[in-house]
Amino acid sequence: MNAPADAMPEALAARRAAPAAPPAARPMYWSVRRELWEYRSIYVAPLAVAAVFLLGFSISLIRLPGKMRAAMALDPVRQHALIMQPYHLSAMAIMATMVIVVLLYCLEALTGERRDRSILFWKSLPVSDRTSVLAKASIALLVIPLLTCVIVVATQLVMLVLSSVVLLASGLSVTTMWAQVFQMSLMLLYHILTVHVLWYAPIYGWLLLVSAWARRAPFLWASLPLLAIGIVEKLAFDTAHFGALLESRLKAGPEAVLATARSLPIDPGTHITPGTFLASPGLWIGLVVTAAFLAAAVRLRRTRG
Amino acid sequence: MAACIEAHGLRKAYGATIALDGIDLRLEEGRILGLIGPNGAGKTTALHAILGLAPYQGELKVLGRDPWTERDRLMRDVSFIADVAVLPRWIRVSQLLDYVAGVHPRFSRPKAEAFLAKTTIRAGSRVKELSKGMVTQLHLALVMAIDARLLVLDEPTLGLDLLYRKQFYDSLLSDYFDGSRTILLTTHQVEEIEHVLTDVMFIDRGRIVFARSMEELESRFSEVRVHPDRAPAARALQPIHERQGFGCSILLFDGVDRQRLAALGEVRAPGIADLFVAVMAAQAAPAPAAVR
Repeated sequence: MNAPADAMPEALAARRAAPAAPPAARPMYWSVRRELWEYRSIYVAPLAVAAVFLLGFSISLIRLPGKMRAAMALDPVRQHALIMQPYHLSAMAIMATMVIVVLLYCLEALTGERRDRSILFWKSLPVSDRTSVLAKASIALLVIPLLTCVIVVATQLVMLVLSSVVLLASGLSVTTMWAQVFQMSLMLLYHILTVHVLWYAPIYGWLLLVSAWARRAPFLWASLPLLAIGIVEKLAFDTAHFGALLESRLKAGPEAVLATARSLPIDPGTHITPGTFLASPGLWIGLVVTAAFLAAAVRLRRTRG
Repeated sequence: MAACIEAHGLRKAYGATIALDGIDLRLEEGRILGLIGPNGAGKTTALHAILGLAPYQGELKVLGRDPWTERDRLMRDVSFIADVAVLPRWIRVSQLLDYVAGVHPRFSRPKAEAFLAKTTIRAGSRVKELSKGMVTQLHLALVMAIDARLLVLDEPTLGLDLLYRKQFYDSLLSDYFDGSRTILLTTHQVEEIEHVLTDVMFIDRGRIVFARSMEELESRFSEVRVHPDRAPAARALQPIHERQGFGCSILLFDGVDRQRLAALGEVRAPGIADLFVAVMAAQAAPAPAAVR
């Protein structure tokens, strides 16, 4: 049963000399991969929406040459709107999917592993709670937005190529279309980075915190307390500051993102104003709050086995 | 040898319920300790404290580290199987190997694959497609391929059939234990681990009520099967426990000379289960002969 006594020090020495600590990035990298294995909807859902959209678009190509000829007769602004309409639609469909996916992901990320008790397995490995929570936050803040950008741009590229083939075959020009779609893609990247990543960060932070805290029904825990605060404030002080705060956070980004307020970021004639956005205190307060939410989520994951 | 686990006054309370009531414990490296106790005695709580899964009061060092503040660092040298079926159900076997190889510096993938080759588990299967026994084999293959200094097993064979349970402990001893590693395990199936252990500890209501090495246990304790007409003479030697069986009295003695006992009846070394019953009975009704 026991190894010979003289073999023991050697076995111990060999173990002490075993490979040193892995670089800190390795557990992070593998934790992010594990999230993608577990939550396949992160990429399956937007890809499915893109595929369905492309199918519909291919069918609509039959009517495209006629539509383009009709557009020629219109003034430039309406002509632009007509040409860009399917591209706007594709971006909005995929981004709407992204919003749903990211909200569901954040609510499930830290609840699911406790519900199926697999947290006991994850915790048996040398990965800190901070790494685990940050990996989950980076899915919401980096992976999903980046993936959305890539899928939207790829979808629009396929749409452009398909339309170009049809239009060129009918002897129509495609250069303005390419230029306009390219410009739109840049606007889209800017919109996702400023609004969906930086401005919405505290929302994801809050949802992850609730997900680390709630044993069940994370959606209710994430929404009802906010409603309760608003109602209590209204009854007690007859004010609605909390509601106003939430509303300013939830609507599509602060006005500082774009020069023309309350318009779609992908509309023509809007001008991006990154300077004003970066200088807005709301952005930085939001990021500090996000950091606080995530720190609390790390603490909760440690204590809630 | 150095202490693998050292605890002083380890306490843990959930509200008004005291799960651990000031435990002192020292486990040297290279030992195999069985922690045995009734349900709710505090076994799992103690293991969770040792593994850094729950906060505690008191002093605790595992391989020289504080498990609560250094869990991730400690897990490079400690592996554990907590209860059963905690492997995520959605994961594929190949993904599991990739992940552990990615995050664990002491994991040997070839070793794990060699273990799995002996089973019917395929790399492409998801955990939810495997039977309970296969999931345990899979978890064991992972744990055995980790060159850890301390292995903690909490009811590792719960819900498995006899064949798997036997295989489990056989491979634990033949493939894993090399004399320098330390193993700490809990189970209800005391008889199955008896021959595996070097040390045994009984825990009851958050306290350690009995702690002996197996050598000590074998030399100190004897069980004698006594015919009813010799029973009064045997009882005069102050047995720590008495039970009836097959028309005889079976008496358990602590530190009584075997030669003297042999005159009363058939003497043998008691099983851990019999000893456990005796100690628990003494706990329930503290008698002068209580074993401490």
